[in-house]
Amino acid sequence: MKKINFLKPDNNNLSFFLILGTLFFILGITDFSLNNFLDKNITFFLPRYINFFTPLIFGVIGLHFIRIEFSGIKQLEILNKNINTNNFNAAFSLFIIFLLIFCIPPLLNWFIFDANISGNTKEACTGSGACWVYIKVWFNRFMYGMYPNAEQWRVNLSFTIVLAFVGIGFFMPAKYRKYLTFYYTIFLPIISFLLIYYLISGGSFGLVWVETGAWGGLSLTFIVSFFCLIFCFPIGMMLALGRRSDLPAIKYSSLSFIEFWRGVPLITVLFMSAVMFPMFLPDGTYMDKLIRVIIAITLFEAAYVAEVIRGGLQALPRGQYDAAKSLGMGYWKLHLLVILPQALKLVIPGIANTFLALVKDTPLILVVGLLELAGMLGIAKTNPEWLGFSMEGYVFAAMIFWIICYSMSRYSQNLEIKYKTDR
Amino acid sequence: MKPSKILPQALTLLFIVLIFGFFTMNAQVNMENRGIEFGFGFLKQEASFDIQFSLIEYDGSHSYARAYLVGLLNTLLVAFIGIILSTLLGIVVGIARLSPNYLIKKAAGFYVELFRNIPLLLQIFFWYFAALRALPMPEDANLLLGSSFMTIKGFYTPAPVWQNFDIFFTTLILALILIFFVNRYAKKKQEEEGKQLPKFLISVCIFVGLPLITFLSGGFDLSFSFPELKQLAKTSYTYEGGMGIPPELIALTIALTLYTATFIAENVRAGIQGIGKGQKEAAASVGLTPAQVLKLVIMPQALRIIIPPTTNQYLNLTKNSSLAAAIAYPDLVLVFAGTAMMQTGRAIEIVAITMATYLSISLTISIFMNWYNKSIAIKEK
Repeated sequence: MKKINFLKPDNNNLSFFLILGTLFFILGITDFSLNNFLDKNITFFLPRYINFFTPLIFGVIGLHFIRIEFSGIKQLEILNKNINTNNFNAAFSLFIIFLLIFCIPPLLNWFIFDANISGNTKEACTGSGACWVYIKVWFNRFMYGMYPNAEQWRVNLSFTIVLAFVGIGFFMPAKYRKYLTFYYTIFLPIISFLLIYYLISGGSFGLVWVETGAWGGLSLTFIVSFFCLIFCFPIGMMLALGRRSDLPAIKYSSLSFIEFWRGVPLITVLFMSAVMFPMFLPDGTYMDKLIRVIIAITLFEAAYVAEVIRGGLQALPRGQYDAAKSLGMGYWKLHLLVILPQALKLVIPGIANTFLALVKDTPLILVVGLLELAGMLGIAKTNPEWLGFSMEGYVFAAMIFWIICYSMSRYSQNLEIKYKTDR
Repeated sequence: MKPSKILPQALTLLFIVLIFGFFTMNAQVNMENRGIEFGFGFLKQEASFDIQFSLIEYDGSHSYARAYLVGLLNTLLVAFIGIILSTLLGIVVGIARLSPNYLIKKAAGFYVELFRNIPLLLQIFFWYFAALRALPMPEDANLLLGSSFMTIKGFYTPAPVWQNFDIFFTTLILALILIFFVNRYAKKKQEEEGKQLPKFLISVCIFVGLPLITFLSGGFDLSFSFPELKQLAKTSYTYEGGMGIPPELIALTIALTLYTATFIAENVRAGIQGIGKGQKEAAASVGLTPAQVLKLVIMPQALRIIIPPTTNQYLNLTKNSSLAAAIAYPDLVLVFAGTAMMQTGRAIEIVAITMATYLSISLTISIFMNWYNKSIAIKEK
């Protein structure tokens, strides 16, 4: 056996250091797990302040021993390169490993192993974990709000039809592609509005009328964000063009409009739409609260969209304008055919972020009494028969929103790659 | 001027005037019908409602203007704490996302993706209604750090009781001025002779040392008042003395910080990635340590990319703090646009004041950040 230098593990005593390092590493993990799960401390004889750090110390020593350069073992090289480049890094890695050991088992227990899912009453929830029965029982309410159970097929049907129409746009034959913008900005909103008006709201064709106050849950979130998305985009585009206009009256009115909406919080805008706006309408006229809220959010988000699009417009080189003008294009032709298509391509990530922000802002409408998902959770939570399950409710809602927002952001990343053109 | 330029402008102006005229006219008619007169005189009236948490002295006998001030201060408090904490967390996470360590990188990425994609309102609700409700009642609370209590009714911690506070304050200011001059001297020295003084160490010494000397010489006196359990009724307890931080403020701060920090982290990451690899390699080749490379070469350049979008995040945080109203933290929206409006019924005036306030806060922050951005921008000679 050659001379062993413990401070500098080397290739000559590879197996010795490997075994020693692994032993120490396992000792560290075991120490932590025993402390954590069985409440047993194998290093109880040490003073308390050292005792607390023993798992970390063992682990760092272990990782130190297996940090051998040019060992020739591929897995070891990868491990060292990724989590074990120096002692400092090793300590961080261990910290995260301990954190995982600390967090994951209780979370899994809460989510799955100790959770209750069968049964229909509160009494079915006996375990210490999550009570998914609560979600199961309230599921319809969370999805449709106070919409009558017997009529919920109408909501489902309208959503399916709208989705189908959106899908048609995707698979439109190349011949009709040029009408796609028209299809999405004019045709689709009209179709959706008619659907909402006749199918979800009802009142004609023998359908029972359901007032907007009863709409709620996740479907309301979808309705509000869908309409705001569709409307805020063209308005934002006009505002962005207006802000870059040469005409001072248009420029400064767009500018003040944008800066005003961007400077105030959405919650005050919603308050305005709920309590202040009716004062501005002629006496006796009534506008539905849902419509007022949709208008408010649309104008609010349009200001943000405008700023994003302006960024894209500014990024285009002057040559594009000059070239288009030299071909004799007028203002609208120049913008619609040359500038906007390029500018919009540049700002896909920004637009996607704004749309994501919009979806994440919709729960706010509960402050004016429209009960979408977060609002329904508030109602379910205070129901005397189902007290004490707020955690399950919020986790459930968070999961739903997370899935929606995360898939949207992934989709926008794909779009960004798809439309990326080298300039 | 060509008619093709006048016509659209005239139409726009006409449209705006018509809309505003229509709204004002209706508002006048409506207010007349309801017997309300437009005016801000109500601000001087007695508010006669209580506010749970206030930084300045306030009770029901004060005016609406005072209630407005209380709400404004509470909003600013949350925004201030949130901005500082989220900046710190954001920088750490942003750097961690670029760490060569696989586990750190993934952990930071997990945090960002998780908290960024959940609506802020749900996060606030989660912390307030679910997480903080799991805390013990005041009578069962355990000691934290020797003298603080974390209970369902809030966080109770010892409050400092000052004697001769003004002397302490003067020494602090004095220390800050001294630090400013020391730093200037150190910079001059470095530029002229290339010597680096331990600036940070000296600054800390002055900042801690100067007040300490006055304290030891008996210039001022500091003691703490500790929170003590007090029985209100048979089963109702509370803490008296010390400093109580309400759970609403805690939940709001946690949620705002965790949410905004994800965006700041992404800005920091983009900023650092935006600096060319050559800069890093050049810095390393002149013998700087990795920490020095980050501090002296990468960060000063990356800040120019980071600051503008981060300003937007600060503005967002300030505006998002208005979500406080949903968990009844007495901020500007809850106190003024909520309670005060219900009592006085003056929707137009109150919503207008609230909006104007937020507009001016936003404007102040963006002016400050623009100034800071300009001060670190490349100065071309």
